[in-house]
Amino acid sequence: MSFLGFLKSKKKKHKTLADPDRGILVFEHTSEVIKAESVLKKAGWKIRVMGPPPEIRSGCDLVIEIPLIEELNILRSLEEAGASPLEIVPVSSPLLQPVDLFQNKDFGKYLMIRAANMKLTIEKETETIVNISGGGCPDVPYLASKMVGMSLNEAPSPREIGHTLCGYALQLAYEEMRRR
Amino acid sequence: MIGVVGTVPDRDFPLVTGEASLKDNSIYIQGRNIPVNRGTPALLAATIKTAQVLEQDAPFGYLVGDVGLGHGSRRLYEYLSGHLGKRDFNVIVFHYLQPDVDWHNRVLFAVEEMERRPVLIADAGFMYAAKMSGQSPKYDLFTPDIGELAFLADEEAPHPFYTRGFILHEENRAPELIARAYKHKNAARCLLVKGKQDLVANKQGIIATVDIYVEEAMEAIGGTGDTLTGIVTALIGTGMEVAKAAIIAARVNRLAGSYAKPTPATQVMDIIQHIPTALAKILSENEKGELWAKQS
Repeated sequence: MSFLGFLKSKKKKHKTLADPDRGILVFEHTSEVIKAESVLKKAGWKIRVMGPPPEIRSGCDLVIEIPLIEELNILRSLEEAGASPLEIVPVSSPLLQPVDLFQNKDFGKYLMIRAANMKLTIEKETETIVNISGGGCPDVPYLASKMVGMSLNEAPSPREIGHTLCGYALQLAYEEMRRR
Repeated sequence: MIGVVGTVPDRDFPLVTGEASLKDNSIYIQGRNIPVNRGTPALLAATIKTAQVLEQDAPFGYLVGDVGLGHGSRRLYEYLSGHLGKRDFNVIVFHYLQPDVDWHNRVLFAVEEMERRPVLIADAGFMYAAKMSGQSPKYDLFTPDIGELAFLADEEAPHPFYTRGFILHEENRAPELIARAYKHKNAARCLLVKGKQDLVANKQGIIATVDIYVEEAMEAIGGTGDTLTGIVTALIGTGMEVAKAAIIAARVNRLAGSYAKPTPATQVMDIIQHIPTALAKILSENEKGELWAKQS
């Protein structure tokens, strides 16, 4: 699929008003989301980390979108791993639609992907990481010092060398950039 | 003299203290050189450049290596709590340190032992620690981005990672977040909120919005928030009133970015090189009274 095609298909998906087959898991702390994501992905569930819908004011900055039909099995897996959510909310109305964490900006020669507060920019032709911005977490300068100037394939993954939520957000941007 | 406290993203970098200078795109301090990319070295470079134009002394740095795990930060906290009380600074900026409430409080005790109370500025990790300790009103300036402002505004969050809005920025909520941060005494005397629009606020609310010299590419460039904190620190070092310094610094930082004709690959040092010219222009506008006219 072309780049533009991907954007179009994504846009269509955002127009979905409600998806009664999907639900979102709300957690108190982002580290619990990261743990639950790891548990569920290892178990092979088709899930996505997203931003909470504005209607839900409880919980932290991240939610996990799940297939609602598997709710009980998923909850069992999370309970066993000690990563139970605060609540489960069915995506029963447009106001409960979770928010995509990604935004991209095409500068022509450069592409910037933003995942939550972290932005990763590459030169398209060489796939060299030219800048990392955003985030005041203590590991951000270190992540930038290790990744800027490296090619996307050679750079260490933020998951390996980061320690904070900003590092996690940068990992999401890095994975999204590699996926393209 | 200005004191700058922060970290270097190198786990083997020792604790160093001393006057800092800028040569060939590197910070020199106590016989060591540190490349300027972002973080505290970028803050220091911007402070040095600004202080040079203003004919101020070079800043005195307290730096240690830390990659985000806190090992270096704890050594620096310990050093500061033992040494800061005997020093004389008119302004101190605390930057990228691992947040630690207990150590933060010990450092603040040391500041209170100083003969002359300096203007206190906090940004990044140290600002989180200041808020978590409940001692925010003891600071003169915090320089959060909109996500960090959400944490300051959240009176219940024990840590930024519990806060809604910390990484999912909600720019349009700034006035409400500022009011809430002041209501629960989780803000410094003045706030400089960095973003697409830079906001200067106090407990009465937003007193200035700076949104001139917009460059799309700036969003991609790492370290521009650090340079803003560096510029405002040097301005306050001259004795300038904090809110006025914040407004001028926001304008200077944006103009320096514009002068650099940035692309998304521009590095922050390219912007720092333009601070002297940008500062001269903005200060000249200020002298003519144009600056205040533009804010009203």
